[in-house]
Amino acid sequence: MSGKRNPLRRTRLPAPLSPVRSRTAHGLTAAAAEGRFQLQRCGDCGQVCYPPRDACPHCLSADLAFHDMPPGGRVIAETTIRIPGEVHVRERAPWRIGSVRLDCGPMAVAHLHGAVRQGDAVRMALLLDRFGAPALAALPLNHATLEDRQMQDFTCNPTSRRVLVTDARTPVGQAMVRALHEAGAALVFAGVADPWKPFEGHAALRAQAEIVPLDVTDSRSVAELAATLGARVDILVNTAEHTRPGGVLHAPLTEARQAMETRALGLMRLAQGFGPILRARGADEAGAACAFVSLFSAHALMPWPDYGAHAAAEAAALSLSRSLRAELAPGGIRVLHVFAGPTETEWYQTVPPPKLAPSAIARATVAALRGGGEDVYVGDIAEDLRARLAANPKALERELGQS
Amino acid sequence: MRRRAYDGVVACAPVSIAYQRYSPESAQFWIGRALHALLRQTGLAPRQLDGLIVSSFTLGADTAIALTQHYGLTPRWLDHVPMGGASGVVALRRAARAVQAGDADFVACVAGDTNQVDTFRRTLQGFSRFAADAVYPYGAGGPNASFALITRHYMDTHGATRADFGRICVAQRANARHYPTALLRGELTLDAYLAARPVADPIHLFDCVMPCAGAEAFLVCSEAAAARLNLPAVRVLATIERHNAYPEDDIQIRGGWAMDRDELWSLAGVGPEDVDLLQTYDDYPVISMLQFEDLGFCAKGEAPDFVRRHDLTAGGDFPHNTSGGQLSVGQAGAAGGALGLVEAIRQLTGQTLGAQVAQARIAAVSGFGMINYDRGLASCAAVLAA
Repeated sequence: MSGKRNPLRRTRLPAPLSPVRSRTAHGLTAAAAEGRFQLQRCGDCGQVCYPPRDACPHCLSADLAFHDMPPGGRVIAETTIRIPGEVHVRERAPWRIGSVRLDCGPMAVAHLHGAVRQGDAVRMALLLDRFGAPALAALPLNHATLEDRQMQDFTCNPTSRRVLVTDARTPVGQAMVRALHEAGAALVFAGVADPWKPFEGHAALRAQAEIVPLDVTDSRSVAELAATLGARVDILVNTAEHTRPGGVLHAPLTEARQAMETRALGLMRLAQGFGPILRARGADEAGAACAFVSLFSAHALMPWPDYGAHAAAEAAALSLSRSLRAELAPGGIRVLHVFAGPTETEWYQTVPPPKLAPSAIARATVAALRGGGEDVYVGDIAEDLRARLAANPKALERELGQS
Repeated sequence: MRRRAYDGVVACAPVSIAYQRYSPESAQFWIGRALHALLRQTGLAPRQLDGLIVSSFTLGADTAIALTQHYGLTPRWLDHVPMGGASGVVALRRAARAVQAGDADFVACVAGDTNQVDTFRRTLQGFSRFAADAVYPYGAGGPNASFALITRHYMDTHGATRADFGRICVAQRANARHYPTALLRGELTLDAYLAARPVADPIHLFDCVMPCAGAEAFLVCSEAAAARLNLPAVRVLATIERHNAYPEDDIQIRGGWAMDRDELWSLAGVGPEDVDLLQTYDDYPVISMLQFEDLGFCAKGEAPDFVRRHDLTAGGDFPHNTSGGQLSVGQAGAAGGALGLVEAIRQLTGQTLGAQVAQARIAAVSGFGMINYDRGLASCAAVLAA
């Protein structure tokens, strides 16, 4: 975590573990991304299998879908690896792993939380490692969090880290600053475009954060802040938004262009300004950089025609962020996507409930940073949209068009 | 159908190419050296070698078929055994049936690997799909971590202590002091064994083999052909092979030998008590203990007591891994699966390079290999007679 760095020492560089997995094993990646514990269960004989397979080892069926599993297990044997073969783990040794008999059937080799001992009953979790690959971890039954030396390698806890919130003028941005401050961030930088212009919440913001000038629609503004602040940002949280109602037929082009400037090109400016230094500092011993967070409307995943131009800008930003995820992964930087439904803010004024309080999005973001996933759905609308999208994208397209 | 014996088939011409800790050469080089030595030792011309069976992890894209052109051989019988520590015995039993059936007259069985500076890490990383998906990313401990879990479980289940494993390692080192090409020939005391640094608890330094480059080979042919060539040879009394045995066990505590040992001894016509020397696959001493038990030299769980009661050196009452085994000679990749078999041929034919077991007439050799996920999948054994 954050500490005084020795200016004479070279910054420790990331030494990525191979994230290459079999195609089937990416079923685990999908579950880990959303914080679920899923394994393959045979549709014919009902047996659960692990490691991921393409045929059931009990009946040879190919019907092996991933399903949520009861997360219980027991550690049968443990070892402490003192001389790992890969640089990344070697730098973090000793490293404990164990053989776990899962309540759902198979044996699994898993990372061990520091409080877990051989013989213990454990709760299993699927987490993403620093480089985006899925990993099984055995956690103590009585711990709700992943606070642990070894588990740190799977989380991006903002406590004691320095965080930049890119737009703190908005209600969500201010809630984010507050939540990060309360989470014990070492320092929160609150980006505000034209900070000399007065805005609501300014006093509270000054008490919790260092206000910095930042306009994501202005390339020079982003570049200047990145040049002065870049090496001190461990987590970037992009809260810049541009939400306007209006479909394709009648939305003003100027607003659509502004939405793209803010969301898509804004994300690119932030990525180009802060991404390279984040990636280079992903293994820094004095408090590693760890995350690039973007908030999205859940309609980035499937447009709501009432907000068609807005949804297009969200989708464009999401597409860019998915590419960014691959580019930052080798540096051990997690690209976290937080999907939310409509919020209790002015641009969703006429939208009926349920709507999200800005504080709920902020709390969910902090919780996600402390967890092991990379895609978070906040609130009922976003969760509902995710489920319907997974079940039948075409149905969702029609339903959103008729709502 | 009742299994046929291996009447009239022999193994001969034991070849070992001196191991090197690191080698800039390729696996093709090492296997080529072994075949060259085999031809010189037997007096056979390359065109007479009508059978070839190869094991290696480091041939890149090559398998046995590519090697025929590389070495200018034109065999009529060819096989590739991707089974690591089981490759020696598996090659023997396949070659023996080929000779018995007349499909080939002279089968060269060769196993070899190189060890360039980063070979070992790269082999581990890409060892198997399950390893890449579900083991190697967990701390990158390689086989040390997998066998640490197996060793821990064995200690908990059967009360073995580190000193029990140490007795195996110390005796093998004593054997290796006579074996000219062992990479580790310095004296090893039980105190030094116990004081070694931990690698992956409870595995410590001297429980681990040293990866290296090298090759082993032998020839399988008819008894009559070996006599014509004036080659001292050993008869094959029996063999067994089993894969993915006991998948229901939480952690590996027995191997496939336990399923097939009755057939092994009955086909051989001798029992464990008749064996003059035993060569087990010793990538870690716990695995040698499993072989003592599962092959019937002692009951399940009694191997710790067994090693306390016996002298395992070449001159002792239970000669075991008489060359020093992989723990002292080194682990030259797949050649580790043939080291014990080649040593057994030497012992039974009075050609040993190291310490000779007095009146060695019956040898048992067992193999084990391929930690695909959490346990070794392959197990095999052979009983040989002078």
